[in-house]
Amino acid sequence: MFDSLSGRLEQLGTSLRSRARLSDADLDEALAEVRAALLEADVELSVVRAFLDAVRERVRGENVAQSLTPGQHVIKAVHDQLIEVLGGTSLKVTYAAKPPTVVLLAGLQGAGKTTTAAKLASWFKQQGRQPYLVGTDLQRPAAVEQLRILAGQIGVEVYSDATDPVSVARAGVAEAQRLGRDVVIIDTAGRLAIDEALMAEVRSISSVTAPHYTFLVIDAVTGQDAVHTARAFHDSLELSGIIVTKLDYDARGGAVLSARGVVGRPVVFASTGEKLADFDLFHPDRMASRILGMGDILSLIEQAERTMDPEAMADSAQRMMSGAFTLDDFMAQLNQIRKMGSLGGLMRLMPGMTKDMRKAAANVDDGELNKIEAIIQSMTRRERRDPQIIDGSRRSRIAKGSGSSVAAVNQLLKQFEMMKKTMKQMSGGGMPQLPGGMGKMAQMASRAAAQRGDALPPGFEAMASGMRSAAPATGVPSGPKGKKKKGGRVTPPKNR
Amino acid sequence: MTVVWIVLAVLVLGVGALVVSSRRRRARTRVVLEPERAPMPDVLVTEVAPRPEIDDSPGLDRRLASSRTIFDRVRAITSHGSLAPEQLDVVEEVLLRSDVGVVTTAALLEELRTHGAPDGVASAIRAALLASLSADRSVCTTADEGRVPVWLFVGVNGVGKTTTIGKLAWHETQAGRSVVLAAGDTFRAAASDQLQLWADRTGADIVRAAEGADPGSVVHDALGRAQARHADLVMADTAGRRVNNANLLDELAKIRRVADRGPGQVVETFLVLDATTGQNALSQAQEFLAAAEVTGIVLTKLDGTARGGIVVAIERELGIPVKFVGVGERAKDLLAFEPVAFVDSLLSA
Repeated sequence: MFDSLSGRLEQLGTSLRSRARLSDADLDEALAEVRAALLEADVELSVVRAFLDAVRERVRGENVAQSLTPGQHVIKAVHDQLIEVLGGTSLKVTYAAKPPTVVLLAGLQGAGKTTTAAKLASWFKQQGRQPYLVGTDLQRPAAVEQLRILAGQIGVEVYSDATDPVSVARAGVAEAQRLGRDVVIIDTAGRLAIDEALMAEVRSISSVTAPHYTFLVIDAVTGQDAVHTARAFHDSLELSGIIVTKLDYDARGGAVLSARGVVGRPVVFASTGEKLADFDLFHPDRMASRILGMGDILSLIEQAERTMDPEAMADSAQRMMSGAFTLDDFMAQLNQIRKMGSLGGLMRLMPGMTKDMRKAAANVDDGELNKIEAIIQSMTRRERRDPQIIDGSRRSRIAKGSGSSVAAVNQLLKQFEMMKKTMKQMSGGGMPQLPGGMGKMAQMASRAAAQRGDALPPGFEAMASGMRSAAPATGVPSGPKGKKKKGGRVTPPKNR
Repeated sequence: MTVVWIVLAVLVLGVGALVVSSRRRRARTRVVLEPERAPMPDVLVTEVAPRPEIDDSPGLDRRLASSRTIFDRVRAITSHGSLAPEQLDVVEEVLLRSDVGVVTTAALLEELRTHGAPDGVASAIRAALLASLSADRSVCTTADEGRVPVWLFVGVNGVGKTTTIGKLAWHETQAGRSVVLAAGDTFRAAASDQLQLWADRTGADIVRAAEGADPGSVVHDALGRAQARHADLVMADTAGRRVNNANLLDELAKIRRVADRGPGQVVETFLVLDATTGQNALSQAQEFLAAAEVTGIVLTKLDGTARGGIVVAIERELGIPVKFVGVGERAKDLLAFEPVAFVDSLLSA
């Protein structure tokens, strides 16, 4: 539902464009949409109300900027408020003057504490630290065994014995000190916030180990209960931050907003997959954009860099820009993109996509891509380099060779030509008409850049204003042409 | 086919352009960023940041406090016959807080408006909820002549599949049936060990394989052993998987095919759901229904503060009944689902 939130607000906006100010009734209508979207994303009811109040304040406080439609104005307010709630304060992980730095993980059963403990150890290792793991979950069968196996994969030692959780924690920290480890991560058993005995136990673990950081591990798909859990753990343990897991399940992750809203501590890390590498610092601005369905260009670039062969990619991309793109390059890129993950997942990260586009991408199956590959592979090397020479008889040969039809071959060639033409336009700096959502994206990007105090890349400002003039929304993007462009050009300056 | 092309064009061009531009930009900015890479200070800085605005707003605590009195009001309004907007607001709030979801809540309120509430709003919503939970909840333990009945357990990570199997194995062995457990979660570290401990506790037989082994073959071997030993029931564990990964769902469909062939017959496929899960549970149910023909839900962790109201939406929209609920860590903390008790707990918070 969040996917369409910015789209729906945009639509509201079109009927109100001429007005300089939002009337109360308009605002109510817009906020009702926001409310439904937030609830559908599992944000807790009282957090939703506080959020809507804050957005209302924001919108009331200012005149509608000339360049924004009223709908965009509300989107901007929602976006800014999301960043404030999600980001606001951030926690910089620093290390104790007298090592070891002790990190305590707590949470409900099944939130992913044990896996997170190993991922966190791996993260500290990447930071050049020597982490040490302590497994105090003596309750769930084989939990310590799971921790040992995961720790073995990253080369970190685990301390545990079969006494009781509090003494294991105490002995584990002492052992880390003796071994000269500088970070100790204590994994605890999952517990319900209302289980008094177990909450007392984790409190005594906390008091004997005096952790420098206490993190609540929370599942991104948690519903309304996130608030009870976060509050109860915060009351007991005085949390220093939140680690959100399984963010790959559901990009909406309203639980993040609920927990953040109720305990007022930053979300520090996010886990986005089963592999130990799928773990990193949490980026509130990216989450806010994703929640609004505006795509997440930075994550897309990072994903590309993680999985793609950089040389091959740069090669074909350079050729693409210079207009010498061949079907071989297309195949190479296609393979790289398939390596990056599901097409649906990638489309989710692309800015400016409509809900229908995302849905369509999610439904593309591998078979269809295989068919395309088969057609290209049925061409000779010369044909791939120079598709112009493919005449009728070559077409029917290719169709036979790949087990497809001449129509499919025709379509492939036609689409390839179109792509090539668009590339030329892109590299030549031509400005095809951009679909509606893009103007907004450009504005957001330039505003974000301005806030960070970075200089805009050359030509960016001109682009942003060009897009604004093209903004009168058509709603549905016109086709492949406009879309890629925005992706390429509107990227906010990367701030590393 | 056209759709594929549009998607491909967008991705090929977009990703290509992004990579090129990010490379260029990085080449420019790298020099500037270098001095900032100083080592982190070795001093612990206690975070002194203020709580964000949302928490300072006077409303939140008061609202949470007042919400409790609102729940009392829902019971109090039983005596009224009319459907005042404030009463519907109360009902809406109760349902939303129980994770019933926006769409289903709206539909239930609509039913209330059309049918009216002759005995008061509270009993009307109670009746509407009970009517939503009217599917057949019987559990099948028998297969065709000569075949071994199989219960397959599916779900996302961390919902309690392995624990649920352990508890059900205890129930079934207590009832005098011989059970073979198939440790089909070959992905999560130590998942087989966890199931092994349950097998030891309950006296059930277990078939397991090394980490990373093909789960289908584990299930196949378990069927072989069950047939050889004339076991009454096979319970097959599977690795937790997220529902937006087509490959993992394909793997699950394959496991199901293996379990449903030869001597085996899948008589129940249980989707294990965590009661703390919100609206995502609905997409979990949809995807697992499509991939593995789910026949029932086990709702776990209902002993916490979460109400698990999303199962109302699931049963209404997909017709999958809840068959068991998990209410604690012990083996006997697994109960048959009782709609009346569930609805009362939803409404009484």
